Amino acid sequence: MNVIKTPGEKRIRVVIAKPGLDGHDMGAKVVALALKDAGMEVIYTGLHRTIEEIVKTALEEDVDVIGMSIYSGAHLSLTKKLMDQLKEKRLTDKLVLVGGNIPQRDIAKLKEYGVDGVFPVGSKLDDIVDFIKKRMKD
Amino acid sequence: MKRNNSEELKEIVLESGIKVKPVYGPEDTKDLNYEEKIGRPGEYPFTRGIHPLMYRKRPWTMRQYSGFGTSKETNERFKWLLEQGQTALNVAFDLPTQLGLDSDDPFGEEEVGRVGMAIDTLEDMEEAFSGIQIDEISTSLTINPVASVLLAMYLVVAEKQRVSWDQVRGTTQNDILKEYIGRGTWIFPVEPSIRLIGDMVEFCSRNVPKFNPFSVCGYHIRESGATPIQEMAYAFQIAITYIQEVLRRGLKIDNFAGRIAFNFDIHGNIWEQVAKFRAGRRLWAKIIKERFGAKNPRSMTLRMIAGGGGGGLTVQQPENNIVRGAYYALISALSGTQTMALCSYDEAYTIPSKKAALLSLRTMQILADEMGLRDTVDPLGGSYYIEWLTDEMDKKIVECMEKVDTLGGMIKAVKEGHIQREVSRQAYLREKKIQSGEITKIGVNKYIAAEETADIELHPFDPSVAEEQKRKLKEIKARRDADQVKQALGELKKAALTNENVMPHMLRAVKRYATLGEITRIFKEVFGEFEEPKGL
Repeated sequence: MNVIKTPGEKRIRVVIAKPGLDGHDMGAKVVALALKDAGMEVIYTGLHRTIEEIVKTALEEDVDVIGMSIYSGAHLSLTKKLMDQLKEKRLTDKLVLVGGNIPQRDIAKLKEYGVDGVFPVGSKLDDIVDFIKKRMKD
Repeated sequence: MKRNNSEELKEIVLESGIKVKPVYGPEDTKDLNYEEKIGRPGEYPFTRGIHPLMYRKRPWTMRQYSGFGTSKETNERFKWLLEQGQTALNVAFDLPTQLGLDSDDPFGEEEVGRVGMAIDTLEDMEEAFSGIQIDEISTSLTINPVASVLLAMYLVVAEKQRVSWDQVRGTTQNDILKEYIGRGTWIFPVEPSIRLIGDMVEFCSRNVPKFNPFSVCGYHIRESGATPIQEMAYAFQIAITYIQEVLRRGLKIDNFAGRIAFNFDIHGNIWEQVAKFRAGRRLWAKIIKERFGAKNPRSMTLRMIAGGGGGGLTVQQPENNIVRGAYYALISALSGTQTMALCSYDEAYTIPSKKAALLSLRTMQILADEMGLRDTVDPLGGSYYIEWLTDEMDKKIVECMEKVDTLGGMIKAVKEGHIQREVSRQAYLREKKIQSGEITKIGVNKYIAAEETADIELHPFDPSVAEEQKRKLKEIKARRDADQVKQALGELKKAALTNENVMPHMLRAVKRYATLGEITRIFKEVFGEFEEPKGL
């Protein structure tokens, strides 16, 4: 019922990250713009970030959601590293999304690592927005 | 009362923002003076093609992008492609190589040999071209911020094969400005990166005259979301920036303009692409002649590789990409390209399998040998629609170039992130249109398969490549003369710190088996690193 934001309601904060050497940033930027349009605060890390830098940004910016975009094929090891470091830093409350060039067969594996949502190339922008909104409400 | 026909027809607006009428006639081209705007092929303004006889004399060069794993594996793939009738090589490097990292750098972990071949030292380059006579082929090296290093390695390999440098033909992609806009393999800040390009142009114009030291890539800008108009306009503005850097050094435009190459994209509306290239040739000729005062007609010709089309391929129903690839090749041939390369049907997933790469090559060969694409030059020339559209595209590209001028030119526009933001905005708009169905993509938003079965055979990644590269690197480091390497690197650093051309020092360093990573570190120390502009 209440569509007007109450003053205390916090906007969802998201970091969109590009780990490693992969330079394909169109997907990351398109998703970032879609999340912004949906009213979220979006921090984009830029290219060539280490997992350490991404975790640091997530911590410093106090984000609710971490979205990582990978096109080179190195998504499994990079994601594993991210999840390990989040655990280490006790940041397990963050919602973690992975997108990019992710083959179907790797989705289960990523979820096993603890990723909440996987959105490969071809995913609907609305689905990503809805997923975040729903999970943040829960 | 008769119903108005035009009301029933859906309006057609091209990506370039140009509205298309259902029918065109002589009234649409009556203001186009043939001599001035179109002209004969091979003559200014080159709208119809840069050679008088085009494919009638020689088909386009076929140059599939390839390379993976170790240089040994890549060498085998090269030889196989040449045996299959490919006429030139287009070398793919892995990401650590593209970013100037050695294979033992922890930041490049998991990426060694993945999207191209790994190069650490001259030895890898020697292996990659072993048994391939360098003066018999033309080689395109897809490398950007460290293009100077790879060019030096290639030239030393030529030297070792006793091929004189004036017989070395090929291209280093070496277009750093587009890397900041799309593709993302940048290392150093803008100005020193452009200085390195200038060093290479200067060096090649004197020593390697048949080599194209840079190829300006509208391609990746388009792949990052730009419209066809922006693709051309930004590419031209980038090329102008490099030209200015070289002219500043005292070279004359006719000394090097004939060695400027372009790389463009071909997905999208067929007529819009063809008109884009015809308009591009005409506009580029005018820029080089009128703005830069070139006298040699060759300087004015827009020489290009047109192909790829990755942005048009879909993950869904991957076999549809075979059909798309064939149409893209057709566009490319109708556009009068000099060189063609096609993305393979599995490239929405990973680098091409052998089967997919061969199919792309056969697609081009069928077009060249079976379908009559070589019979006559610019077969679409004179079409009311194509000539009208060519002129409209021309005007739009000029307008878009003027916008860059008002932003203060390409260097400033890229440093401040204007171009990046504009391209991302276009990408977002396009994606929304695809998701809403406004832009049709078969298999994505129309004729969607109930169940996706992507059971195509994909190129496998071999994680043992990294171990092999590390082993080789260790061995070379133990074997080479460390003092000689140190001395060469010191000289290189000195040159980098001053205005001296780095190329002679680079050649010495690679000859002594300095690694790509060592050389890149020197440049990082001297030049620093690029910082991405903030904000989306």
